[in-house]
Amino acid sequence: MPNRAERLSRILLSLPPGLYLLLLFAVPSLMMLFASFRFSGEYGGLAPWYYIEDGQFTLDLTLENWQRLFESDIYLGLLLKSLAYALATTLICVIMAYPLALMIARSKKRHRDLLLLLVILPFWSNFLVRIYAWMIIFSPQGALTAALNAVTSSLGLEPITLMFSGTAVITCLVYVHLPFMILPLYANLEKHDHRLLDAAQDLGANRFQCFWLITWPLSLPGIYAGAVLVFIPSLGIFAIPDLLGGTNGIMIGNVIKQQFVESRDWPFGSVLSLVLTAITLVLVLLAAKLGSPAGENNGKK
Amino acid sequence: MLEIIDVSRRFGDFVALDKVSLNIQAGEFFTLLGPSGCGKTTLLRLIAGFDQVDEGEILLDGKPLTALNPEQRPIHTVFQSYALFPHMTVAENIAFPLRMTKIAKPVIDLMVREILEDVRLPDKAKHYPDELSGGQKQRIAIARALVNRPRLLLLDEPLSALDAKLREQMQIELINLQKEIGITFVYVTHDQGEALALSHRIAVMNKGEISQIDEPSVLYSCPDNRFVADFIGQCNLLDATVVSVAEKQLRISIAGLGELDVCANPEIDFAVGDTCALTLRPEKIRLAAQLDITDDEVLFSGKVHDMLYLGDVTVYIIELANGVLIEAMLANDAPGRTRLFDTGDAVQIAWHTDAGHLVA
Repeated sequence: MPNRAERLSRILLSLPPGLYLLLLFAVPSLMMLFASFRFSGEYGGLAPWYYIEDGQFTLDLTLENWQRLFESDIYLGLLLKSLAYALATTLICVIMAYPLALMIARSKKRHRDLLLLLVILPFWSNFLVRIYAWMIIFSPQGALTAALNAVTSSLGLEPITLMFSGTAVITCLVYVHLPFMILPLYANLEKHDHRLLDAAQDLGANRFQCFWLITWPLSLPGIYAGAVLVFIPSLGIFAIPDLLGGTNGIMIGNVIKQQFVESRDWPFGSVLSLVLTAITLVLVLLAAKLGSPAGENNGKK
Repeated sequence: MLEIIDVSRRFGDFVALDKVSLNIQAGEFFTLLGPSGCGKTTLLRLIAGFDQVDEGEILLDGKPLTALNPEQRPIHTVFQSYALFPHMTVAENIAFPLRMTKIAKPVIDLMVREILEDVRLPDKAKHYPDELSGGQKQRIAIARALVNRPRLLLLDEPLSALDAKLREQMQIELINLQKEIGITFVYVTHDQGEALALSHRIAVMNKGEISQIDEPSVLYSCPDNRFVADFIGQCNLLDATVVSVAEKQLRISIAGLGELDVCANPEIDFAVGDTCALTLRPEKIRLAAQLDITDDEVLFSGKVHDMLYLGDVTVYIIELANGVLIEAMLANDAPGRTRLFDTGDAVQIAWHTDAGHLVA
């Protein structure tokens, strides 16, 4: 049982983050929840949530916005598509990041800092600038497209376009988020005790079995951590599909932004945001449960 | 069963092993003993296959091991750090080497249960390694290495992380386990007490070479050289010159003590004028205020220079004439008294001509 001073210091320490979450997450989310049941105002924004007629107080709320979500396939379809894009991004990131993280973790100590620096080097230039760079790479006049089409036309196939497609969006999503997978994975792999691999080999495991039975399961917490860092921003992103996706590569983030900015339909924008937030929260909780180290997770006495 | 023939291993300029040869018998508890850096762990890694020999050959049952990877050798290692897999339960850890072979699941379960009985931890099967104490982890590590009956079990300082009491208990368990299972053990340690207590035979190593291979009692009472005498147990090393040689006895001259008789070492032919060293264990020296001696004893007078009270015994450092220091040991067995002498007390020491052992 912690004593009073300890409890007090705990409360004081958790006060700033607690307040931060309350004011900037919980309160806005509740405001959005409220907004999702209101009508939108004549010139955008929100209509009053009650009116008084003949001295009679009447609530002016509606379920219309939520019904609209389910009335057509568009929004749920877009939500599913966004989930698929984010999932594909995460999987590709795992596949690409794992060998690299493993290589860095097993390289000589004095090389590791340099290799990690190279991983985070892209952060030194602006996010939007890097997306514009991909616009140049993918553009129909770009060298990449030209080279690919030289091949396709020589094979007698239709010319292809890279720009404004789901492929372009996923490619850029992977590019932007790859470091967020590499770093937690590296942090995990770097801590592995190489003697465990010696022991496994000594007990008869070949190189593949050593990896699959020892390194891989021990690195799962790192993968879950990286997956959260890649999946969640990928799911809600709108800048990349805005610039590279065109109409084909549109994601749920674009629609939400559209509702708030262009359509000025705040209530429906709130509905979509809340659904996205709920999905994200569920996935984070799942990852947190999976991501706690195996020994600790199962080691509760 | 295991033959190590002229094995050398160099790391750059450092010679970790220099033409080491030894022969380990089936069913033997064999110990590699030496100070850190003597090459004992390097040799163990070569046997396990984690490292490659530069020269020489390692044969198991007459077949060369050198071309085999660690996972192909019928040899398992118990690591100093235990190296239990943290994401597997005790049962899964023990089943690991069995899963690497084509053994059916029910058989594996049976073997795991059996070996858990052998190491007296049958109720820990479902626990994870971080829920176990140091001694329990050690037993699981041994169980895991023994479960599929390797030809050879290598143990790399397996008890060094345990406290003294537990270590002693584990030593007894190791001896019994080895006797029961009958698998050949090669044990690496820098702890000479542990080596003496556990082993059938010990190879004392120094600077990449083997100093002596013998049974513990031979190693202790008849060391081949100064290094072994000094490394194993407490020992007085007195530099001397041979004065005269008879059939079974030599007369030597020790600086500061004069001439005295000692039994000859049948292994070494000394000639007059040779330098040698008399090794004399502290417990073989008689110590009293006043001593009567027999014909084949030598007697010296001195005073207590220093003392180390160890509970059961006290080690007295006796200063003889000309500043020669001799360590002697007395059991604190007098009823009602904790020790017999104090610093500065005048005492006499004596030893039998047979008590010392002469080395080159």
